[in-house]
Amino acid sequence: MNKKKRTMADKVFVVCNTVFMILFVIITLYPVLNTLAVSFNDGTDALRGGIYLWPRKWTLKNYTTVLQKNNLVTGAFISVARTVIGTVLALVSNAILAFIVSRKKFLFKKQLSFFWVVTMYVNGGLIPTFLLYKNLGMTNSFAVYVVPGMISAFNMLVIRTYMNGIPDSLEESAQLDGAGYGTIFLKIISPLCKPVYATVALFVAVGQWNSWFDAMLYNRLDGKLTTLQYELMKLLSSVTSQVTSVEAMKNSSGNVTPTSVRAAATILTMMPIICLYPFLQKYFVTGMTLGGVKE
Amino acid sequence: MSIKNKNKSKGNMTDPKVRISWKEIKQQKVLLIWSAVIVVYGVIFYYLPLAGWIMAFQNYKPKDGLWHSEFIGLAKFQQLFSDISFLKTIRNTLAMGVINLIATFIMAIVFAILLNEIKSKGEKKVVQTISYLPHFLSWIIVTGILHDALSGSGIVNEILRKLNLVDQSINFFAHPGYFWPIVAFANVWKETGWNAIIYLAAITSIDPSLYEAASIDGAGRWAKIKYVTLPGIRPTIMILLLMNVGNVLNAGFEIQYLLGNGLVQSVSQTIDIYVLKWGISQSDYSIGTAAGIFKSLVSIVLIVIANQIAKRNGEERLF
Repeated sequence: MNKKKRTMADKVFVVCNTVFMILFVIITLYPVLNTLAVSFNDGTDALRGGIYLWPRKWTLKNYTTVLQKNNLVTGAFISVARTVIGTVLALVSNAILAFIVSRKKFLFKKQLSFFWVVTMYVNGGLIPTFLLYKNLGMTNSFAVYVVPGMISAFNMLVIRTYMNGIPDSLEESAQLDGAGYGTIFLKIISPLCKPVYATVALFVAVGQWNSWFDAMLYNRLDGKLTTLQYELMKLLSSVTSQVTSVEAMKNSSGNVTPTSVRAAATILTMMPIICLYPFLQKYFVTGMTLGGVKE
Repeated sequence: MSIKNKNKSKGNMTDPKVRISWKEIKQQKVLLIWSAVIVVYGVIFYYLPLAGWIMAFQNYKPKDGLWHSEFIGLAKFQQLFSDISFLKTIRNTLAMGVINLIATFIMAIVFAILLNEIKSKGEKKVVQTISYLPHFLSWIIVTGILHDALSGSGIVNEILRKLNLVDQSINFFAHPGYFWPIVAFANVWKETGWNAIIYLAAITSIDPSLYEAASIDGAGRWAKIKYVTLPGIRPTIMILLLMNVGNVLNAGFEIQYLLGNGLVQSVSQTIDIYVLKWGISQSDYSIGTAAGIFKSLVSIVLIVIANQIAKRNGEERLF
């Protein structure tokens, strides 16, 4: 293969492809890097424009302002809490369900799978769900973040596909040794499922960290329960509703503007994910491939 | 030249027939108890809301509840379809759903194929890692970034001015004509790298000897992409297309809600936003439910149609 002569067409292809990839990388990264630069730049100075990848007038003021805003700090705590608790709950319940439906001998294997697959295609919709949670007393509560999404058919199917690949002989020999299903789940199947557990945990955690709609819909009235993303949204709408930059300047205290504060808040919000995801790549690649496999 | 991709899921699932007997039930006690708990959870959180569909056929009043609210048949649906703004939301939802589906699909496939053509493993890894990044950002952050990039002093207007394409900054969020393309671009920006994962996995599972054979036959890069890579990932493309067709109507909430404003309302409102606006803000639960039911039914019909077409053409299918 290597000795093959490169034709002209091949060279053109390589050049075009490289250009395409460079453009792709620039378009992907520029907005994020620009926000980073703005977040470290003096707010009033940033209004003059012309800040690209590097701050003109360095300051940490935007970040100190963010950290002094109580709603953002509380929001961050709630976001961390819902991410951790929500992920643990979802992982445990999806794993148990997947374990049950992947037991070859389980009496209601087909029925239980069907029961959950249906939920992928049919759901009550926003209003009935909203009223249900309200009647269950889940508005203005932390539970609304972590209980409703605990089991999802998609995540269950991802784990089940993985568990189906584990040889039955492991389970059979454990049963001969007198192990019950609880022991088989905890001691035999789960240790082998670590990669797929990591995948599902990652999916759920990212979803939890990024969600804002439930905070807006159910917990808007309780300032102590709103999430970081929701507070960020409020910050965003306050910025975009500012018609002119003059107005923004008038409203700005000291050298920070809503825009620069939002940039800092945005960077802080994406930080945990950006720091973590490159190391978790192999897990979500596995998950995407398993999830794409039909039923 | 055609390639058959082996699909793992097609492995036969011949199960030992287990008959219900006391012995089995006793043995599976733990499993049965846990399934019962899980089913109760599922009934409450997934099936109970379906009972709420009754509201669409009632003049639902919270104080009367589901049992005592007045039954009005299809009146709410009639009201819905005589509302011109609802008809517009159907158009918007479908248009944006289809545009997004096509745009993200094509970009992901093109990106996967081109990335696969990069020979250096290190460069490939770097580009791929960067490409995932936007997927992990929330729509709040993405729309914030979009606002910055497309604002009067933003980078896009600056480039346009420098290239002398415009004299004055374009106010992208004030013209209805720009809204759909912006939404499509945002979706492509966010999901291309992520969606490409599955195609890249499919490409790696193509038998390398096919590429060698093609080389011996004198095929260049384009020919290999056209006759080996594309047919190789065809089953993956079809199954993903199928899975996404049912989601066309679900593709319209977060970004439209966050980016929309009074000036572009006529093109930005989707069914979900309509439901939120009438159902939650105006507390007209019946009309909100009716709109939700309409959306669910159309989604199911779309899935079934797509599945039938796939069946007829002998492609992969969902069920």
